Amino acid sequence: MDAVIEVKDLDLAYDDFVVMNGINFSVKKGEIFIVMGGSGCGKSTLLKAMIGLNPPHKGKVLYNGLSFWDEDERSRQDIMCRFGVLYQGGALWSSLTLRENVALPLQLYSNLSASQIQDMAAFKLGLVGLGGYADFYPAELSGGMKKRAGLARAIALDPEFIFFDEPSAGLDPLSAKMLDDLILDLRDNLGATIVVVTHELASIFAVGDNAILLDADTKTVIAQGAPKDLLANSKDPRVISFLTRGEKQGAGR
Amino acid sequence: MDRYIRSLFYLQNNFTFIYKAFRSKITLMDKTPSEKLIFDYSKPKALQLKISGDWQLSAGLPLVSEVLTQLDSHKDIAELSFVVSRDFKWDSAFISFLFKLSRVCKEKNILLDAQGLPEKVEKLLPLIPAQSEKIISRKVSEEPLLESIGSRVIGVKDAAFSVLNFLGDIVLAFKRFVCGRAFFRKDDFFVILQRCGVDALGLVSLITVLVGMILAFIGAIQLKMFGAQIYIADIVGIAMVRVMGAVMTGVLMSGRTGASFAAELGIMQSNEEIDALKTLGVSPAEFLVLPRVLALVIMMPLLTIYADLMGIIGGFAISIGVLGLNPIEYFNHTVTAVKVSNLWLGLIHGFVFGIIIAVSGCYRGMRCERSSAGVGEATTSAVVTAITSIVIATAIITFVCQIIGV
Repeated sequence: MDAVIEVKDLDLAYDDFVVMNGINFSVKKGEIFIVMGGSGCGKSTLLKAMIGLNPPHKGKVLYNGLSFWDEDERSRQDIMCRFGVLYQGGALWSSLTLRENVALPLQLYSNLSASQIQDMAAFKLGLVGLGGYADFYPAELSGGMKKRAGLARAIALDPEFIFFDEPSAGLDPLSAKMLDDLILDLRDNLGATIVVVTHELASIFAVGDNAILLDADTKTVIAQGAPKDLLANSKDPRVISFLTRGEKQGAGR
Repeated sequence: MDRYIRSLFYLQNNFTFIYKAFRSKITLMDKTPSEKLIFDYSKPKALQLKISGDWQLSAGLPLVSEVLTQLDSHKDIAELSFVVSRDFKWDSAFISFLFKLSRVCKEKNILLDAQGLPEKVEKLLPLIPAQSEKIISRKVSEEPLLESIGSRVIGVKDAAFSVLNFLGDIVLAFKRFVCGRAFFRKDDFFVILQRCGVDALGLVSLITVLVGMILAFIGAIQLKMFGAQIYIADIVGIAMVRVMGAVMTGVLMSGRTGASFAAELGIMQSNEEIDALKTLGVSPAEFLVLPRVLALVIMMPLLTIYADLMGIIGGFAISIGVLGLNPIEYFNHTVTAVKVSNLWLGLIHGFVFGIIIAVSGCYRGMRCERSSAGVGEATTSAVVTAITSIVIATAIITFVCQIIGV
C-alpha cells in the first residue's frame, strides 16, 4: 500500500534551539501511526509542523505526494481542509454550544442545507456519545467530554487525515479506552489515516499499527515499527525502557 | 461579548453559500439532490429508494422530508428498502441521512431493510449510541417576571456583600503586611509598580498634553470676546491640577492597568493557579491583590502630578505658539491661580482612583468564570466598573468640596 503521509529529513527548531533533526517516516492509507516519546521530546512540535501550524526548519511533509510547506497558501488551505485535529484540551470554542462547534466546519466547507447541518452535527456528537449534550457549552462539560466533543468537531468533515495530540491525557481508564475504541472505529469505518501523538502505553499498544519513538537526548527518531514488534524485538535499551515503563532492560538510564 | 461572537457566527452563515458555491464548482456537474433519489412503488406495500450519484458532504444531498412526504402520501407502506447504483458515493452525510430516516421509520412503524446498502454503511449505523436520542437538560429554566426581579435584587445584595468581603480581605491583608506577616513578594511588587508607573508615562503624556491643548483652545474662544485671553493660564492650570489630570489618568489607567489586572487574575483563576495558592495556605489577597492595589495607590497620585504638568505644558504650548500670549505672563498667572489646595485635591482624586481601579480589576479577575469568555467578560466589566466609579467618585468629591468651600 502506498504512503499517504511522508515526512522527509525534517528538522524542527524554535529560532536557534533545535528540537528534532533528521526525522523520516511514512504513514500508509488507513494506518494508525503513533508518534511516541517522553515529555518535552518534541512530539507536539512535530505534530504542529505536520498540521501546518509551525513551519519546519528544514525538510518536507508530503500528503499524497504534495509537499505541504512548498505549496502556496491556497493549496495548503485545501490540504488542511482534509485534516481533522483533536487538540490536547479539546480546543472547543467556548462561546458556542457543542452543536455550533461541530456545525461551524460544515457551514464553511459542505454543501448541506441548514437543517442537514444540524442533523450532521447531532449525528457526529452521537457518534462520540454526546448526542444529548448538543446544547451544552464547553464550560459545562468534564475534561473527557470536552475531548470527545473536540473529536466530533475534528471528524465533522470526514477528514482523510486525523491527528490526535495526547488523546488520553487526563482521562480516566474507561474514557481513555472509549477514545481508543473510537479511534479504531474511525479508521475501520471512515477509512481515515490517523496520526496519534502520545506517551500512554495502553493506547499505543491498543491502537497503533506503526510507530516512531522520539528521543530528547539525540533529538531524533531512535526506533520505528509496530509497537508490539518493537517491544518484542528491539535491542535498544532506551526503547525497551520506554515501552516497559522502565521495568525491564534500560531502566534507570 | 458572546452576543457579538454569536452575531458574527450567524452573519458568516449567510455569506458562506457564495464561498461554498465557488468551492463546489466541480460538483455542479453532478446530479441535483432530487435526481439522486428515486421512489419505486413497484412492490406492494413497499417503498424502494433508488439511490445514485454523490451523497457526500461536499456535494449536498436530498432532505429526509422528501421521503417523509412520500410516506405520508402512501399510508400503506410497511417496508422501506434501498438499491444503490454503481456511481453511488457516500460519506457520513449519507449515514446522517440514514440515521434520521431510521428514526422516521421507527416512529411510523415501518421496517427499514438496509440489505441493499453497502456493507460499511450497515456497520456504521449501530455505532451511534442510544444516548444520542436522549436530550440532557441544561437546567436552564425561564423565570417568571416577579421571580426574575426578585433574583436580580438578591443578586445585587449578594454582589454588594461579595465586594465588601473582598475589601475586607484586602484590609486584613494590608494589616498583616503592616505587621510584616503577609506573604508578599517584593520582586512582584516592583515589577507591578514599574508596569503601572513608568511604563504608562508615554500614554499619560500624550493624552494629557492633548487635553491641555484642547482646554486652551476652548478657553481662548470664549475669553477672546472679552480680551481676557491671558486667563487661559488660570483655566488650564486649575482644571488640570484640580480634577482633569486625575480623571484623565484614571480613565487611561482603567483601560490599561485595570483591564490587565482583571485578565491576568482571570487567567490565573481559569488555570487553577489561585486554587493552588489556596491549597498551599497562601491568601490570594496577600499574594496577588495587595501588591497590585499598593502599586496603583502609590503610582496614581504620582502619575496625576505628572499628568497635571503635561496638561499645563500642552496649554502653554498652544497659548504661546498659536494664540501669541506672553510666556512669562502665562507662567505667573498659572503660579498665582493654582493653589496648594488644588494640588492636594488632585492628589486625593488620584489616590481614590488608584484604589477604585485596582480593586475593580482585581475583584473582577478573582471572580472570573473559568473560560476564555469569562476572562473577556471580567476584563470588560473591570474597565466599565472602574470608569463608572471614577465618574461617581469625582462627582462626590466635587460636591463635598463645594460644601466645605475648597
